[in-house]
Amino acid sequence: MNGVKIAIGVIIFVVLVTSPFWYNFGKASVPPKLEIGTTEKACVEPTPYMKSSHMQLLNDWRDQVVRSGNRVYVSSTGKKFDISLQNTCTKCHAKKTEFCDRCHNYVDASPKCWDCHIEPKETKEAGRSDK
Amino acid sequence: MDSTRRRFLQIAGLSVLGLGVKPAIDALAQSGQPEFVHGPQALTGKRWGMVVDQKKCLKAKEGCKLCVDACHRVHNVPSMDNPKHEVKWIWQTPFDQAFPDSENEYMKEFVQDSMKGLPFIVLCNHCDNPPCVRVCPTKATFRRPDGIVMMDYHRCIGCRYCMAACPYGARSLNWRDPRPFIKTELDRDYPTRTRGVVEKCTFCDERLAKGLMPACVDACKEYKALVFGDLGDPKSEVRELLRQNPSFRRKPQLGTQPSVYYIV
Repeated sequence: MNGVKIAIGVIIFVVLVTSPFWYNFGKASVPPKLEIGTTEKACVEPTPYMKSSHMQLLNDWRDQVVRSGNRVYVSSTGKKFDISLQNTCTKCHAKKTEFCDRCHNYVDASPKCWDCHIEPKETKEAGRSDK
Repeated sequence: MDSTRRRFLQIAGLSVLGLGVKPAIDALAQSGQPEFVHGPQALTGKRWGMVVDQKKCLKAKEGCKLCVDACHRVHNVPSMDNPKHEVKWIWQTPFDQAFPDSENEYMKEFVQDSMKGLPFIVLCNHCDNPPCVRVCPTKATFRRPDGIVMMDYHRCIGCRYCMAACPYGARSLNWRDPRPFIKTELDRDYPTRTRGVVEKCTFCDERLAKGLMPACVDACKEYKALVFGDLGDPKSEVRELLRQNPSFRRKPQLGTQPSVYYIV
């Protein structure tokens, strides 16, 4: 007799546990639309690389500046950039809340960069558009 | 497939050839690799050091704090309300506190009369044998080959061993989030720090990389009481000053070999 109760209990349990899956079934979560905030055509490295590996690049940048004192990055295309999150990256990506934050919130990443590095002042216009 | 000795040797030989190709391909691929280099204007030295000429500091107007203010402004150093939470990179302190072991009963008179009771400028000594570096468990503080005792705030866990080890009190912990306490206008070119990290003077490594003198030295241009240069270069201005004047350092008996020298 207990078998039936257990079976019903198991079914209720499974349905409850998987309910978030059923709730979202068939609805693809929309990836965030990012505002790059600049008319500049290219980042320091090609976009696919930046998308997948910007965190690795920033780690390397940090180590090179702080620990080796190398403050200039020569990219794979031979262009030179001053290594600085605060003074180089955010000159183009001037809209932190619509670029960094949007994607980080979507993937639930919370890097601690901005605890110390100062966020760009966000304005309506695009960031650096010269050059 | 039947394997013969001949067949085995053929495959082994080809494999060895194949291994030889890899370095060649790597060398070709190298051309497009990103690189890290120094900036074109970067100042380089063998052992950066500073000479504090207190006699020249006398010529400045009373209560001059140009060096302290300049440093704390460009580095977003907070001014905490609670003295226990004080954060400082360069500051002024009375003679008997800067040089507690050089004191004698008449020194006070000398400092009062001949030196107008002027406080001494003190900062991180960028020791050749830095005790803070020896005790840091995460290598967040380390000595660069050019003599600068650097801080890597990313690695600092706020254990304060370095503060206990430093005999000069040159290090400050951020007990609280420093941002609300930055009373000057935020310098947007330089980061702030965060709660739970230790900070100190870094001889303005970020300015040296751009070919600039440290902010305190720049601020004292008019009086030239602070002179910065390469102690490893016999022709440098600092070495010339040390050749012409008797100099002393803070707590030399501890063997830390400070790179900040004082002239009175």
